[in-house]
Amino acid sequence: MTSKTLLISALTATALFAAGPVKLLNVSYDPTRELYQDIDAAFAKQWKAKTGVDVQISQSHGGSGKQSRAVIDGLQADIVTLALAYDIDVLSEKANLVPRNWQSRLPHNSTPYTSTIVFLVRKGNPKHIKDWDDLVKTGVGVITPNPKTSGGARWSYLAAWGYALKKNHGDEKKAQEFVTRLYKNVPVLDSGARGSTTTFAQRGIGDVLLSWENEAFLALHELGKDKFEIVTPSISILAEPPVSIVDKVAAKHGTTEVAKAYLGFLYSEEGQEIGAKNYYRPQSSQALAKYASQFSKLTLFTIDEVFGGWQKAQKKHFDDGGIFDKVYTPGP
Amino acid sequence: MIFKRQSILPGFGPTFGYTVLYLSLIVLIPLSAVFLKSSSSGWNHFWQAIRSPNVVAAYRLSFGASLAAALISVALGFLIAWVLVRYRFPGKALADALVDLPFALPTAVAGIALTSLYTENGWLGRYLAPLGIKVAFTPLGVTVALTFIGLPFVIRSVQPVLADADLDVEEAAASLGASRWQTFTRVIFPVVRPALLTGFALAFARALGEYGSVIFIAGNLPMKTEIVPLLIVTKLEQYDYSGATALAVVMLVTSFLLLLGINLLQRRSRRFTEPA
Repeated sequence: MTSKTLLISALTATALFAAGPVKLLNVSYDPTRELYQDIDAAFAKQWKAKTGVDVQISQSHGGSGKQSRAVIDGLQADIVTLALAYDIDVLSEKANLVPRNWQSRLPHNSTPYTSTIVFLVRKGNPKHIKDWDDLVKTGVGVITPNPKTSGGARWSYLAAWGYALKKNHGDEKKAQEFVTRLYKNVPVLDSGARGSTTTFAQRGIGDVLLSWENEAFLALHELGKDKFEIVTPSISILAEPPVSIVDKVAAKHGTTEVAKAYLGFLYSEEGQEIGAKNYYRPQSSQALAKYASQFSKLTLFTIDEVFGGWQKAQKKHFDDGGIFDKVYTPGP
Repeated sequence: MIFKRQSILPGFGPTFGYTVLYLSLIVLIPLSAVFLKSSSSGWNHFWQAIRSPNVVAAYRLSFGASLAAALISVALGFLIAWVLVRYRFPGKALADALVDLPFALPTAVAGIALTSLYTENGWLGRYLAPLGIKVAFTPLGVTVALTFIGLPFVIRSVQPVLADADLDVEEAAASLGASRWQTFTRVIFPVVRPALLTGFALAFARALGEYGSVIFIAGNLPMKTEIVPLLIVTKLEQYDYSGATALAVVMLVTSFLLLLGINLLQRRSRRFTEPA
């Protein structure tokens, strides 16, 4: 009798489970918490209206490299939305979870929104920080995370390098000197973007935080406009945080369709506007026009133009024995 | 079969079997996996991984700061254990309970708390900064965090031994004309020496592996304040699994040798104090 009841309840449980909401896991990087909170709610509503099916989206946030490694090690992500293309490339290289050409499957190199690197300084800008050159002056404390572990920090490093390269007409040696001097001014290397924001804003360490533009705006709104201000440098890098479905995992979960729709939603006008509201630069010209006033104009260069893509940049600058290591090692 | 002859207690077979099984499952198998993985990319990669300058600097810091912290813990821990055992004072039970707190506290919390205390505008840091003493984001800060973590190990190893030590022997020493200093060095110290060594070994081993509390206060600057566990995590995040395990292997082998040495020392010093 009891075993029968047990069996029946087990069966109903399975049936309920099968008819329950579709579940999606979006594995993302550190500063996108607020963005995807809004996106997930809006998408679930739209999907329900369109198909009548509930979709429940879970989020996972952390340093981009760490997140990517978790997915390789078996974290069941249907979607990845990471800080840089290299971290999705390795999903294809190391674990064959996405096809090699993943980045060409969606418009704009699979980047629904972009951002850039700006400076967050203390109110009144007491150290008169206006542009990259001011960061290497003696007595200026620069806060940025470790590029080896943080995606945002890699964009910051490359932005500084690109600036120095442009200023010195392509002289790589001068560029290396510039970033070496810059990192001499860094008193703490946190492992992720949020850690650095805390060090700068809560602990009061340093004079300038190199930050994602969206993270800088967020810090401004969360921690007080009376305490900080944003300084936009004359030139910076176009940071392209890409998105992809994780084909193997989504196929296993039977979520390919809804995952594709989710990414499609990011490109829709509604998704673009949510992005812009969260201080990401939208690709859609309509959303960009609407929010144009919040984004300052500056010259942006891309990683493909200056560095020949992420694979090359990673190898040359951030791999062990690369230029970033030399910044800290005395000698040639 | 050979060890069995000496045993007078029943149940040697099953208990010994369990010991071997437990040690294999929990300790030996995971560790051998580490060794296996470290050799997966060949000797050359292993050598390169452990020889790069920032790794060498990290080894120096990890072992140096752990050693310093364990020594400080031994000195202060002995003192605290002494006070807790030998004197009566109001709030003693409370102080005794406080000792265990670092065991229970998540180490990240300890790290964040210590960091906010010791940064240049923290409660303590602001008074130290004018003196030219920087604690947070220096090797000194690493040592402070490791001392915090290691102290209870020493206190808890020494306390019971000190409590068990016979007062009669000290009285006898005094009545035979020994000075207070002589009583301490010749009578009390030899009794607690093995316990101090145990405490030292535990504090040292714990400090070597400590991650959570240190990364917050260290500042993590390459060549200056990176500890080995941080480099291991960094290497993992760069998908360099064999490099990460290479660092771990060196750490493991060195720690094992050091701990073995301490254990032997302890055995020797026990031989002198215990009646045969």
